[in-house]
Amino acid sequence: MSTTEPNHLAIPTRPVRTAKNTVSVRRFFSTWVLHTVLVALSFALVLPFVWLLLTSVKTLEEVGVGSWLPGKGGWRWDNYIEVFRQIPFARYYVNSIFIACWVTFLQVFTSSLAAFAFSRLDWPGRDKVFVLYLSTMMLPGLVMMIPNYQIMISLGWVDRFTGLIVPAAFTAFGTFLLRQFMLSIPKALDEAAEIDGASKWRVYWDVILPMTRPGLITLAIFTFMGNYHSFFWPLVMLKSEFRYTLPIGLLYFDSTAGQETNLLMAAVAMSVIPMVIVFILLQKYLVKGIQLGAVKG
Amino acid sequence: MARVVLKDVVKIYPGDVKAVDHFNLDIADREFVVFVGPSGCGKSTTLRMVAGLEEISGGTITIGDRVVNDVPPKDRDIAMVFQNYALYPHMSVYKNMAFGLKLRKVPKAEIDRKVRHAAKVLGIEHLLERKPKALSGGQRQRVAVGRAIVRDPACFLFDEPLSNLDAKLRVETRAELKRLHLDLQTTTIYVTHDQEEAMTLGDRVVVMKDGVIQQCDPPLEIYRHPVNRFVASFVGTPPMNFFTGSIIQKDGSLFFDEGSQLLAVPDWAKDELQGKVGSPVVMGVRPEAFSDENAGRFKHKGNAFAARILVSEPLGDKMDVYLKTNSHPHVVARIDAHRGVEHDTDTTLYIDLSRVHYFEPGDLGANLALAAEKTARA
Repeated sequence: MSTTEPNHLAIPTRPVRTAKNTVSVRRFFSTWVLHTVLVALSFALVLPFVWLLLTSVKTLEEVGVGSWLPGKGGWRWDNYIEVFRQIPFARYYVNSIFIACWVTFLQVFTSSLAAFAFSRLDWPGRDKVFVLYLSTMMLPGLVMMIPNYQIMISLGWVDRFTGLIVPAAFTAFGTFLLRQFMLSIPKALDEAAEIDGASKWRVYWDVILPMTRPGLITLAIFTFMGNYHSFFWPLVMLKSEFRYTLPIGLLYFDSTAGQETNLLMAAVAMSVIPMVIVFILLQKYLVKGIQLGAVKG
Repeated sequence: MARVVLKDVVKIYPGDVKAVDHFNLDIADREFVVFVGPSGCGKSTTLRMVAGLEEISGGTITIGDRVVNDVPPKDRDIAMVFQNYALYPHMSVYKNMAFGLKLRKVPKAEIDRKVRHAAKVLGIEHLLERKPKALSGGQRQRVAVGRAIVRDPACFLFDEPLSNLDAKLRVETRAELKRLHLDLQTTTIYVTHDQEEAMTLGDRVVVMKDGVIQQCDPPLEIYRHPVNRFVASFVGTPPMNFFTGSIIQKDGSLFFDEGSQLLAVPDWAKDELQGKVGSPVVMGVRPEAFSDENAGRFKHKGNAFAARILVSEPLGDKMDVYLKTNSHPHVVARIDAHRGVEHDTDTTLYIDLSRVHYFEPGDLGANLALAAEKTARA
């Protein structure tokens, strides 16, 4: 027979705090805190962009005054057309994309070749030369500016696209990134390819390069974005207006002669479109590439 | 198909580390030779030197009728199967197999015919469009073999190709490789650390230690007549028992003094051991040379071996019995499992004295009566 006491005599007890409960409570709060921080950060990142877009459809008088939204002047979509009227915007656009594409292609190509040499080929002093090459990353770009400019003068490349493309075609960072990728590929693949009849070039082209694809795409994104934004070197190098890139061309709206912030914002909004497209298309490779580099490096 | 000759081949790594020391071997056309030995014995290094993946520090390697010392791997007319398969992960099985032919500018139709034929032989026709990551270990191994055979090379090189497979698959694939060799009749060099693989596959087995060939003979010859103690211990499962003792003369007869008992020296070994009276000698007895009945081939004079039973492991019709004597604490005997054994009891087993070996002391101690062994057991 059961000897359990009737229910009304049972003393209510506090729920037992088990280790499992404590963990789930802690996880709940940590998730909340994490999400709150992430949302706040997202706002901080998105707000300037929203301000940019809204400003790009205001009149000049409404910029920086009162509401974020356009006032009685209405939504001035004409600003976008006005940009093309005032400056050769399309030309700058083409120049920027042309240069960024060339630099991206050359950087990825030269970096992958150098990374192949530093990771897959055995030659005396290889690792020492790599460290030396890597140490060039420690030098600030501005330090190199004057010697580079003098070299450009002697080569006759000032005010030419070659002066923007060729010096940017080599990168220690890209070599480092791709070398880390290549080091994670088993050496037996090179050997198998060599026995199959592949020359060193075919090993690079047919075996190693396809396997480094996430790394190549990561580097391509970094390079394209970095070069598309590039301001100071083109400012120094370019004299002819028809060779201007977007960052230089946009100075027209922010000169000492007058500031047209609404048009500047419209131009900037249009200029970021290629980067947004590149990012959306290749985002998954970017994340994969960075992770791979981090884990296998 | 080709003869492969290695003459005085030496490999010295930086720091004066000698990986392979004066390696001499003549591999006949269509022969299947297995290099076997413990890790670091130089077997893979030797194979890689034949492949051209390692430079040789001295000597000559000849494939067919040309010295290939300075010939790059791609021009040596060899194909190699790697331990980790080394399949190109971004290519389909078809492209993996076709890659070598494509590089050699073989016409497309010919490539297609060869790849499909090899795939049929290996039973991987249905996998041709898959990528390596979608294959099991066994399937990858077949693709790696397929990539080698489509090229129809003069010589196949296998570098521990089965070591990544599970035990069952390894045995199955081993038999397939043997069949493949019988079909293709291509000269083959195969590296393994598994003596069972070596014994079952090779026409000849090369046992190596510290970069030096210890013995190169057909598998049964190595098993029956090991040239030294290292070879004797490396080949056979469970390994050979070694009893350190000495040769003594008593009542005009020779005996091996095991420490706690005397065992007669058989007539066939007397001449060789006569001069060893009073000297330390190691007697080698394979576990299969023990019996619990003094009958048939185990019937000899002075072959009783007294020991205490520690553990027994039934294996079906045979059983491994672990024993100890006062002088030797680890002895294994493989006997018929027709009766049970009681642990911790004393027993007497009988040794087939026609199958014992006598070695000099030391890890590489030479077989003292090798010639007599061969004559006696011919």
